[in-house]
Amino acid sequence: MLKLTGVHQIFEQGTINEKHVLNGIDLDVAENDFITIIGGNGAGKSTLLNAIAGNFIITDGKIEIDGTDVTKMPEYKRAKYIGRVFQDPRMGTATNMTIEENLAIAYRRAKPRTLRWGINEKERRYFKEILAELDLGLENRLKDKTRFLSGGQRQALTLLMASFHQPKLLLLDEHTAALDPKTAAKVLDITVKIVEEHKLTAMMVTHNMRDALRIGNRLIMMNKGNCILNINAEQKKGLDVPDLLNMFEKASGEKMENDRMLLD
Amino acid sequence: MSMLLNAAAQGLLWAVMAIGVYITYRILDIADLTAEGCFTLGAAVTCRLVTSGLSPLVSTLIALFAGLIAGLITGVLHTKLKIPALLAGILTMTALWSINLRVMGKSNIPLLRQTTILTMIEGLGISKDIAAIIAGVALTAIVILFLWWFFNTELGYVIRATGDNKNMIRAQGVNTDKTIIIGVMLGNGLIALSASLVSQYNSFADISMGIGTIVIGLASVIIGEVVFGHRNILHSLIAVALGSVLYRIIIAVVLALGLRADDMKLISAILLVLALCFPAIRDIAAKNLKNSISKGGSNNA
Repeated sequence: MLKLTGVHQIFEQGTINEKHVLNGIDLDVAENDFITIIGGNGAGKSTLLNAIAGNFIITDGKIEIDGTDVTKMPEYKRAKYIGRVFQDPRMGTATNMTIEENLAIAYRRAKPRTLRWGINEKERRYFKEILAELDLGLENRLKDKTRFLSGGQRQALTLLMASFHQPKLLLLDEHTAALDPKTAAKVLDITVKIVEEHKLTAMMVTHNMRDALRIGNRLIMMNKGNCILNINAEQKKGLDVPDLLNMFEKASGEKMENDRMLLD
Repeated sequence: MSMLLNAAAQGLLWAVMAIGVYITYRILDIADLTAEGCFTLGAAVTCRLVTSGLSPLVSTLIALFAGLIAGLITGVLHTKLKIPALLAGILTMTALWSINLRVMGKSNIPLLRQTTILTMIEGLGISKDIAAIIAGVALTAIVILFLWWFFNTELGYVIRATGDNKNMIRAQGVNTDKTIIIGVMLGNGLIALSASLVSQYNSFADISMGIGTIVIGLASVIIGEVVFGHRNILHSLIAVALGSVLYRIIIAVVLALGLRADDMKLISAILLVLALCFPAIRDIAAKNLKNSISKGGSNNA
């Protein structure tokens, strides 16, 4: 499905600020994989997702989606294959546009943007239906601007938008990190439901080790721009958080120093 | 009364310019200085063509087209050549100074005894200001209806989203270079269209008539939004048009109080400053009010 071969990313190459953020990553993601990604600050988790989505063209290596080489493809063209939800709830929606306008933009993602009306009645009814399923009271607020929504509501909305038309790949970058624990749990439930319902292939960066173990069929641990652990569903079953920390220390030769991660 | 009529006429003719600025400044979130050169361009093209005998309607359409091209240049400089938007606008504006002089062949073209759209309406037996008001209302209404439709199409949605959240709209598969270029073109096309009618109303084009355009446009946008609100696109567009009229009325009143026409630019700038910091002043005032109320409360307790 997704194949990364020797992916390197060096920011500000040749300057005093040079940062080698991705250090030769090889990764093979199978159809319907739901991979959770953990790692300390600066491990390269977000950069990995950004590289896949095409925020920048990688310094070296190759990225393929479904056999198509997308290494040099600009972000807006890759968007055809990829749905995304970011950590900051403000990033996923146009905040001065209404809920239905945001949904309509995402719903017509695959088609060229023409001079037809941006939304029609049929879509409106469908949006109402799927919003009702979220159970967040959004189904009666189609004409509200999204800046009036809470962080959790926005993330749920962004998830809906990202999963329209079954993207080949759903990239979730700590999308529950900015939410309070209760809302985070709810958004995570919605995430799992959407991924299962639409049979999506997903990669989710999280700082919550328990979530990382509980959710998905694979777990990747990153450190200094490398994948240092790659755990499959079988191996994942018996593991708990202390096991994971031990494995990290063994694999990286250092202690996990992300306090935020240990607390969870 | 005639002062008010005159202010209304000017405000309505300039309303389309304010709407053009609204598109770049509010919808695209770009401070586009192309406006300054583009306004002169619209007037220059119109006067040059009308004096060489072309029909005023066709001349006006060609002025609109010239504005679209000016916007295209700024848009390409900004998106494809990665020049910051503000600088891209300044570059086009500067280049347009020379182009405008070339178009006009001199620094001023009077429209003496020429047929213009306004003289055509005056031919119905009405005064110049009433004719301008009719032309202004008709043009502004057409522009607002067109934009209301346009910004509710698929393309309009993604242009609005581009100014709102580039990350989001790129993730939705939209080439933001394209949407920015279309938006900047549209804004500048409208600015040139407005200038075309203003030059027909004033009966001249002058090389320096565009100076201050962006300040007048922004003042109209912000006064309109503050006074008349901005619930949705249609509401905002109408508010900006009314803001343009209100701006002219304020200027007329200030001039009537004894300030000279030479003070216009200073007044425009001060007006824009006041409009821009109005929300901050309102917040401070609201806070003071709240403080004094809560103080009063604790004293009573």
